[in-house]
Amino acid sequence: MTKLGDRLFSGVARSFAVLTLVLLAGIIVALTVASWPSIQAYGIGFLFSPEWNPPMEKFGALVPVYGTLVTALIALVIAVPVSFGIALFLTELSPRWLRRPLGTAIELLAAIPSIVYGMWGLLVFAPIFAQYVQPALQNTLGHLPLIGRLFAGPPLGIGLLCAGVILAIMIIPYIASVMRDVFEVTPAMLKESAYGLGCTTWEVVWRVVLPYTKTGVVGGVMLGLGRALGETMAVTFVIGNTNFLSTASLFAPGNSITSALANEFAEADPGLHTAALMELGLILFVITLCVLVVSKLLLQRLSKGEGGRS
Amino acid sequence: MNLLMRRKLINRIALTLSMGAMLFGLFWLTWILWTVFDLGVSGLSLNLFTQMTPPPGASDGGLLNAIAGSVLMVTLATLLGTPIGILAGVYLAEYGRFNVLGQTTRFINDLLLSAPSIVIGLFVYALIVANTGKFSAWSGVVALALIVLPVVVRTTENMLQLVPNTLREAAFALGAPKRVVISKVTLRAARAGVVTGVLLAIARIAGETAPLLFTALSNQFWTLNLNEPMANLPVTIFKFAMSPFVEWQQLAWAGVFLITLGVLALNIIARVFLRAEKLN
Repeated sequence: MTKLGDRLFSGVARSFAVLTLVLLAGIIVALTVASWPSIQAYGIGFLFSPEWNPPMEKFGALVPVYGTLVTALIALVIAVPVSFGIALFLTELSPRWLRRPLGTAIELLAAIPSIVYGMWGLLVFAPIFAQYVQPALQNTLGHLPLIGRLFAGPPLGIGLLCAGVILAIMIIPYIASVMRDVFEVTPAMLKESAYGLGCTTWEVVWRVVLPYTKTGVVGGVMLGLGRALGETMAVTFVIGNTNFLSTASLFAPGNSITSALANEFAEADPGLHTAALMELGLILFVITLCVLVVSKLLLQRLSKGEGGRS
Repeated sequence: MNLLMRRKLINRIALTLSMGAMLFGLFWLTWILWTVFDLGVSGLSLNLFTQMTPPPGASDGGLLNAIAGSVLMVTLATLLGTPIGILAGVYLAEYGRFNVLGQTTRFINDLLLSAPSIVIGLFVYALIVANTGKFSAWSGVVALALIVLPVVVRTTENMLQLVPNTLREAAFALGAPKRVVISKVTLRAARAGVVTGVLLAIARIAGETAPLLFTALSNQFWTLNLNEPMANLPVTIFKFAMSPFVEWQQLAWAGVFLITLGVLALNIIARVFLRAEKLN
C-alpha cells in the first residue's frame, strides 16, 4: 500500500514535470501548424518583404521585425550602462543599511505591470519626450553626420525611440539584479588583494570584478534582451503602430512583432492574415528562445566554473 | 596632472556616474508611481465598484464587471497552475535533481519563465479558441495558468533545495515513506518560500494583458459565464487608455491605480513574509 502510494505520488510529480517540458515543444508545434498557410504562401521571402497589406493579402515581416530589433537595441544601449552603475552602487558604494531597500526599489520597477508603463508612456511620458527631449537630441546629435539621420523628422513623442526608452526602464531591474548577484559572488580575497595594491574602487570593479564575472554579466544582458524582445503592452502603446517605414529616423513611428499581434490578431480574418500573424509570433518565439538559451548557458557556466550562484 | 591624481579623478567620475545611475532608476519609479497615484486617486469613486463599464461618451460608469472578471480569472488560473507547479517543483528537487529529465525540465522551465507572454496567448488561441470557435474566459484562465506554472515550479524547487538533507534523513529513519517525507516534512519546511512563489505568481498575472487579448477578449457587460468572453481589468484599461474619450481614460487611470496597488502590495507582502519566516 505504501509502495503503491509512493509510486503514484512520484508518478504524478513526474508527469507534471514532463508537462512543463512538453509545453515548450507544444508551443512551437502549435505555432508552426497555425502559421503553415503563411509559411507555404510566402516562404523565406516573408522575412524580407516590407509590405503588410491585409486587404490585398500581402504579408511581409520586415517592418515588425525591424521594429522589434531596433527598440530592443535602443533599450540595451540605455539599460546596460545604467544597470552596471546601479549594480556597482549596490555592491561597492551603498552603505549596508541602504542596500536592501534600494535593491527592493529597483526590483519593484520589474513588478509594475507593463500596461502601467504603456499607459504612463503614452499619456505622460511621450508628450514631455516630444516637447523637451526630442528637440534637444535634434539640436545636438542631429547635426552629426550619419548619426544625425537617426534623429531627423518631426518630434512626435511616440515612435521607435520612445518605445526603446520605455523598454530600457523596464529591463533595467532584470539586468541590474543579475549584475548585482554576480558581482557579489566575486571572492572577497580577490577584491581585497586589489585594494591592498592600492587600486581605487573603480579599478577594482573594472579590472577585477568585471573580468571575473563577465560571463554572468553578459548572461544578465541577454536576459534583459529576451525581455525587451517579447514585451508587448508597453510597446504597443507608444510605438505608433504603423506598417509603413520609409526613413531611418528613430523618431518615426513603427511597429513591432508584439504590437502588430496585440493590435491586429483579435480582428484578423481567419486564413492568411491569422496565419501570417501566427508566423510573426513564431519568429518572435524562436528569436527570444535563442537569446534566453545563450543567457542561461552563460549564467550556468559562471555558477559552475566559479562556484557562485546563478 | 600626475598619474595618481588622474586615477583618483577617474574613480570619482565613475562613482558619481554610478550614483547617478541609481538615482536614474529611482527617478522613473517615483515618477511612474506618482502619476499613477495622482491620476488614479482622483478617478476613484464608489461607482468604480458598483457600476459596469460604460459605453463611449457616457459620463458615469465603473469597472465592476472588469474587476470581477479579473478576480475570477486570476483565482481560477492560480488554482489551476499552483498544484501542477508545486508537484513539478517537487519532482525537480526531490526526484530528478540530477537526472536528465530533471535537468532538462529545469532548463526549459527557466526559458518559459522569460518567454514572451503574448506567445502564450497565441498558443492558447491555437489550442482552444481556434478549436472551439469562440473566445472564452476559460481560454484566458488557461493562458494565465501557463504563466503561473513556471514561476511556481522555479520557487518551489529553489525553496525545497534549501531544506537541509538531515531533515529528510531523520524522517526516513523513522520509517516514513517518501511521499510522506515530502508532504509532511520538506514541503512544510519550505512552506513560506512556496507561498511567496504563489503570491509573486499572482502578482505577475494580475497585470498580464497580452495573453488575454486573444483568449478572454473583453466584454462590456456583466458575466460570470466562463464560456463567453469576459471583461477583465488589463484589457479594459488597454481599450480605454487608447480611446480618445476623457471619461474612459479617467476610468483607465483608476484601473491602473488598482492594479498597481494590488501588485505592489503582493510583492511587498511576499518579501516581508519570506523574511519573517526566515528569521524564525
